Amino acid sequence: MSSLPSAPAKVPIWRDVRVLRWLFQIAVLAVVGLIIYWIWGNYQTNIERSSVQTDLRFLDNPASFTIPGNDFDQSSPVRAAFVQGFLNTIQVALVGIFFATILGTIVGIARLSKNLVVRTLAAAYVEVIRNLPLLLLLTFMNLAVVLQTFPRIEDAWKPLDLFVISNRGLAIPWFEGSAGQLGLLLLAGIVLAFVVVKLERARADRVGRPSRGLLLGTVALAIVPVIGWIVLGYTWTLPFVDGRGTSGGLRLDPSFFALIVALVVYTSSHIAEIVRGSILAVPRGQGEAADALALSNSQKMRIIILPQAFRVAMPALGNQYLNLIKNSSLGATISYFELTQIAQITVGNGSPAVPAFTLTLLVYLAISLFTSLFVNYFNRRLALVER
Amino acid sequence: MITWLRRNLFRTWWDSIMTVVFGYVGLWVIWTVIEFVFVTGRWEIIQVNLKLLLVGRFPDELMWLVGASLTALAFWIAAVAGGSKIDLNNVQTLSQRLFDYTRRFGLIVALAALLIFLAADMAALVLAFQVLGGIVVGRMVGLARRNVSLVGAIPGIIWHPMLASPAIALVLVTLMESTLEEWGGFLINFYMAIISIVLCFPLGVLLALGRRSSFPIIRLVTTTYIELIRGAPLFVLLLLAGVALEFFIPPSIAPDAIFRGVTVFTLFTAAYLAEIVRGGLQSIPKGQTEAGKALGLSTTKITYLITMPQALRNVIPAQIGQFISLFKDTTLAGAALNILDVLNVGTAITKQQDFLGQGLIYEALAFVALLFWVGSYVMSRESQRLEKRLGVGVR
Repeated sequence: MSSLPSAPAKVPIWRDVRVLRWLFQIAVLAVVGLIIYWIWGNYQTNIERSSVQTDLRFLDNPASFTIPGNDFDQSSPVRAAFVQGFLNTIQVALVGIFFATILGTIVGIARLSKNLVVRTLAAAYVEVIRNLPLLLLLTFMNLAVVLQTFPRIEDAWKPLDLFVISNRGLAIPWFEGSAGQLGLLLLAGIVLAFVVVKLERARADRVGRPSRGLLLGTVALAIVPVIGWIVLGYTWTLPFVDGRGTSGGLRLDPSFFALIVALVVYTSSHIAEIVRGSILAVPRGQGEAADALALSNSQKMRIIILPQAFRVAMPALGNQYLNLIKNSSLGATISYFELTQIAQITVGNGSPAVPAFTLTLLVYLAISLFTSLFVNYFNRRLALVER
Repeated sequence: MITWLRRNLFRTWWDSIMTVVFGYVGLWVIWTVIEFVFVTGRWEIIQVNLKLLLVGRFPDELMWLVGASLTALAFWIAAVAGGSKIDLNNVQTLSQRLFDYTRRFGLIVALAALLIFLAADMAALVLAFQVLGGIVVGRMVGLARRNVSLVGAIPGIIWHPMLASPAIALVLVTLMESTLEEWGGFLINFYMAIISIVLCFPLGVLLALGRRSSFPIIRLVTTTYIELIRGAPLFVLLLLAGVALEFFIPPSIAPDAIFRGVTVFTLFTAAYLAEIVRGGLQSIPKGQTEAGKALGLSTTKITYLITMPQALRNVIPAQIGQFISLFKDTTLAGAALNILDVLNVGTAITKQQDFLGQGLIYEALAFVALLFWVGSYVMSRESQRLEKRLGVGVR
C-alpha cells in the first residue's frame, strides 16, 4: 500500500515568518517604550528632588518683564507674553516669506539672464550668501549695520524725508487710523480683486483675447483701500525725529529690521537656486513655442515659463518657508521678542524650563504643520491635472 | 569682440541700461571690498587674536593633539578620495591636472597660506607640513587600494573604519582632553560638525530604512521621530538641551555643553538625512529590487548591495548640502549653549581693552565669514564634482 503524501508539516511557530515579523516589531516597540519609560522615570525623580512645577500653571504668574512697543507690562501674565511672542513670530514669518519670495524669484531669474553682468552679479550674490551661516548674517546686521553704522538719533539719516533711519530703528510712512478698519478695507480689496480676475478671465476666454487679469486685479486691489481711505478721511503720517525717539509713521524695532533683513537675504539665496532649477526644468519646447507665437520676453516669462516653473518649485519652496519660520527663532540671539526669546526670558525669570520649552516646541510644530498643509493645498491646486 | 559685446551686454536698449546700472553696482561692490581689505581694514585685531579665533585658549602643551587630529583627518579624507575605485575620466596631462587641482583646492591653500602669514609662527608652518604629509600618505594609501590587488581585496566594511578610526579617535580625544573653558574658536565648530556628520549618517540611513520598512510599527515610530524633529527649530532644541537635559537623564551622567551640542546636531541632522535617503531610495526603479530577488539575494543583501548604494549616489548633492548646513549651524551652539565658538570669539574680541569702541566688528565678522565661506564653498563644489564623476543622471 502506497502511503499518500502527507499534508505539509506545519511550520513550527518559531520559524513562521508572520510570527517573527510581529515578534520583531514588538521587541522594537518594547525597546522604545523602555527608553521613554526610563526618561520619564528620570524626569519624575529629578522633578521631585528639585521641586519645580510640571504643569502649565506658570502661565498665570506675572511676567515681570516688558516688551517694548505695546501695552504688555510687568504685571501681565506669562500667558500674554507667549501670545505676544507667537504674534511676533507670525509677523516675522509673513513679512520674511513675502520679501524672500520676491527677492529670490528676481535673483533666480537674473541668474539665467542673457546679460553677462546681471548673470554674474546674481551668481555672486547666491554663492556668497548661501555659504555663510545665518547667525553670522544676523550678527552682522545687528552689531555691524544697525548698532554701529546706523547713526544716532540726533543725526539720523532721512532719505527724501520719508524715512528716519537711526540705531533706534527704522521709521517708515504709515497710515493713521485704526488697523482694524484698514484690514477690512484691504480684505474688501482682495475680494474685489478676486472677482475682477475671475470675470476678466471669463471675458477673455469668451472674446478670445489675452486676459489682463493680473493688471486689472492689481488695480482693483489698490483702488478699494485708496478710495475707502479717502472717504473715511484717513491720512498718512511721515515719521520725524521727536526728542530721543521718532513720532509719526510706523516705527520698526532695530532688532526686527535686522532679523527680517538677515532672514530675507539668507532665504532668498536658497529660493533663487530653487527658482533657477525649476525654470531650467521647464521643457525647452515651451519657451520655443512662446517665441514662435511671438510673445515678448516678459510675456513668455509671465505666462508660459513661470507658472510651470512654480509647479515644480512648490514643494522645495514650501520647505524654505518652513526653514524661514524655524530660523526666526534666531531672533532670540538679538533680543527680538519672538516666541523663543519669550520662552528664554520666562525660564530665566523662574518659570519651569521643561513645560515652557515643550510649549514652545509644540507651537512651532503647529505652525510647521499648518504651513505644510497650506503648501500641500497649493501644491495640489498647481499640480498638473492628468487624465 | 564687438559681436560678443553686443550679444552679452548690449542686446537691446533695456539690456544696455541693465548693464550700465548693474555694472556700476558690481564695480562699486568690488571697489568697496578691495578698499576694505587693503586700505581701511585694521587687521591687527585678527592678527593678535588669531589663536583665540582658531582654537580658543587651548593649552599649549596639548597643541600636538590638534596637529595630530588634523593630520589624521587629512589622511582619512585623502585616502577615501584617492581610493575610490571609480575610474577617473581620462588620462590628463600634467598641466590639465595642475589646473584642475588649483581650481578645486586653490581656495583652501590660499586660506591656509593667509593663516600662516597672519600667525607668522614656525608652529603654524610645521602644522601645515604635517597636514600636507597626511594628505600625501593618504593619497598613496588610496592609490595602493586601487592598484595593489592585495590591498584592494580588503572588504570595504573593514577598510573604511580602519581609515576613519584614527581620525575619529583623535578628534574625540581632542574634544575630551580639554575643558570647556579652554576650548573655543573655529576648531570647535569644525570638530562638532565632523563628529556629528559621522554619527548622524548611520542613524539617518537606519531611519530612512525604517520609514520605508514593511513593518507598520517601525514605520510609525520612525515617522513620528522624523516629523517631530523636522517640525522643531534647531535653536530651540539646543536651548532645551542646555537647560532641560538634566531633567531627563540622571544628573551624574549629564554631559558638558559640547557633547550636548553634538548630540542635538546628530539627532537633528539624522532626521533630515533620513528624508533625503528616503528620496534616494524612492528614485530606484522597482526592477532593481526584483532583479535582486531573482538572483536569490536576501532582503538585507538587496538593500546593502543593490538599492542603498544607488540611492546614496543619487542624492549626493542633497546629502552634502545637509552637511554644509550642519557645519554652518554649529554657530548656533555658540549662541544656545554658551560655547565659545568662532562667532562668539569674533564678537568678544571687539570688546577687548585694546580694541574697544573702535568699530572693528566688520573686521572680526569678515574673518569669521571667510572661514565658513571657504569651507562651505569648497564642499559644495566638490559635491558637484563627485556627482559628475559618479555619473548621476547620466547613466
